[in-house]
Amino acid sequence: MRLFSKIFQVGLATEPLPPGGADVVRLLHEVDARVRRLFGRAVAVRQVDAGSCNGCELEITGLTSPVYDSERFGIHFVASPRHADMLLVTGPVTRNMAVPLLKTYEATPAPKLVVAVGDCARTCGVFQGSYAVAGSVDQIIPVDVFVDGCPPEPTDILRGILAAIGRR
Amino acid sequence: MIGYVLEVAQAALALVLAPGLVGLVRWMKARLQNRRGAPAWQPYRELGKLFRKEVVVSSNASWLFRAAPFVVFASTVAVTFLVPILAVPLPFDGVGDLLVVVYLLLLGTFFLSLAGLDPGSPFGGMGASREMTVAALAEPTVALAIFALALSAGSTNLGQIVARTMTAPGAALSPGHLLAFAALFIVTLAETGRLPIDNPATHLELTMIHEAMILEYSGRYLALIEWAAAVKLLIFFSLLGNLFVPWGVSMALTPGTLVVAVASLLAKFVVLAGAVAVLETRIAKLRLFRVPELLSASFVLALLAVTSSFLLR
Repeated sequence: MRLFSKIFQVGLATEPLPPGGADVVRLLHEVDARVRRLFGRAVAVRQVDAGSCNGCELEITGLTSPVYDSERFGIHFVASPRHADMLLVTGPVTRNMAVPLLKTYEATPAPKLVVAVGDCARTCGVFQGSYAVAGSVDQIIPVDVFVDGCPPEPTDILRGILAAIGRR
Repeated sequence: MIGYVLEVAQAALALVLAPGLVGLVRWMKARLQNRRGAPAWQPYRELGKLFRKEVVVSSNASWLFRAAPFVVFASTVAVTFLVPILAVPLPFDGVGDLLVVVYLLLLGTFFLSLAGLDPGSPFGGMGASREMTVAALAEPTVALAIFALALSAGSTNLGQIVARTMTAPGAALSPGHLLAFAALFIVTLAETGRLPIDNPATHLELTMIHEAMILEYSGRYLALIEWAAAVKLLIFFSLLGNLFVPWGVSMALTPGTLVVAVASLLAKFVVLAGAVAVLETRIAKLRLFRVPELLSASFVLALLAVTSSFLLR
């Protein structure tokens, strides 16, 4: 009973998404209008850790929390690339993860979008030039949106996903 | 003639309402987690999207993998013709009784398990073995719990069970009915992949049962399976709502009573969805090896229900 009285007292913890983020979300190209209409209100996301330090994962975990609540936009995370419409890729792509990342991309049914999260995904960050790193995400699979930040805030990741599906 | 029209209308209503019912449970859960959550009609958008997406099939998959979603969907839709959702008696009551309903649902589960095994992915096999474990323990309880009602009605025909409880309202509070309701409620949670047996929101393969079997599905196949799962939830909710609390179910087949039937059905669904949402907020998932204990407990409840129905007849 204490649990439910607490739930009642807290009320709605979800915060509205503040405007902004134009400087951290890079939309590489305008996404097809048909795809935007298809994914506009329902998009299934598969997260792929291609060699990240897990800083970005911590922030991505925040997306499903009551405060950021990605589900209100129809964004939900799935367990299989075959269920997914969008891949959320983090980290510099390590040599070990280059082939799995490519396979994940191929296993995702079309139409599909790729959002690369974090500085490492775009520039390889501090891991640049390491013998273990195969390259940035766009050298392995086509990327639609980059979200900058080390790590980016959950609101920025949310804005990146929404930019990919043409909302905001 | 009106009976056949009503049969089709009832099945169509079940198909249309089912995704909304799943969405309603999700929305209630979101509110209980202090989240804004997706609206109750979100599953319709997801199904619409999946039907318009490409299908990716593993190169190891056989024809069985492609056939299974249709078998699962068809067997579930067939059940909606046999379960009293809006009105009794219906012309198809004579086609199938309680046992047909139980084993049609098991047929879907069986093919889904085969499809989980078929592409050779380790998680599919793991999910299939778990689903079979749960199904083997849950299936007899469904039959036995409804047998407790059948015993007092003198028929395994679901329509007659409803009609009998309507004519003798006191029976709804008999120990046999109450125990059978508890047993069937636990089994509903197991059969429809809900907490504490399975977690419908999990992303962790190791904790999955239903989801693990369908990891390999995509596009319209996935949509059919998800839709069938939603219809299955609606079927179990209708069984819980209409067999145990039959008031509202139309017996005269006039427009007025049908409106009452639809309204009372929706009210029952909201109450049951609320109960499931509160329960899923309150309790954690059971360890897999504890699941048989819970299901045996529900079987014992069903057995007690049959015994008391028999002795108090």
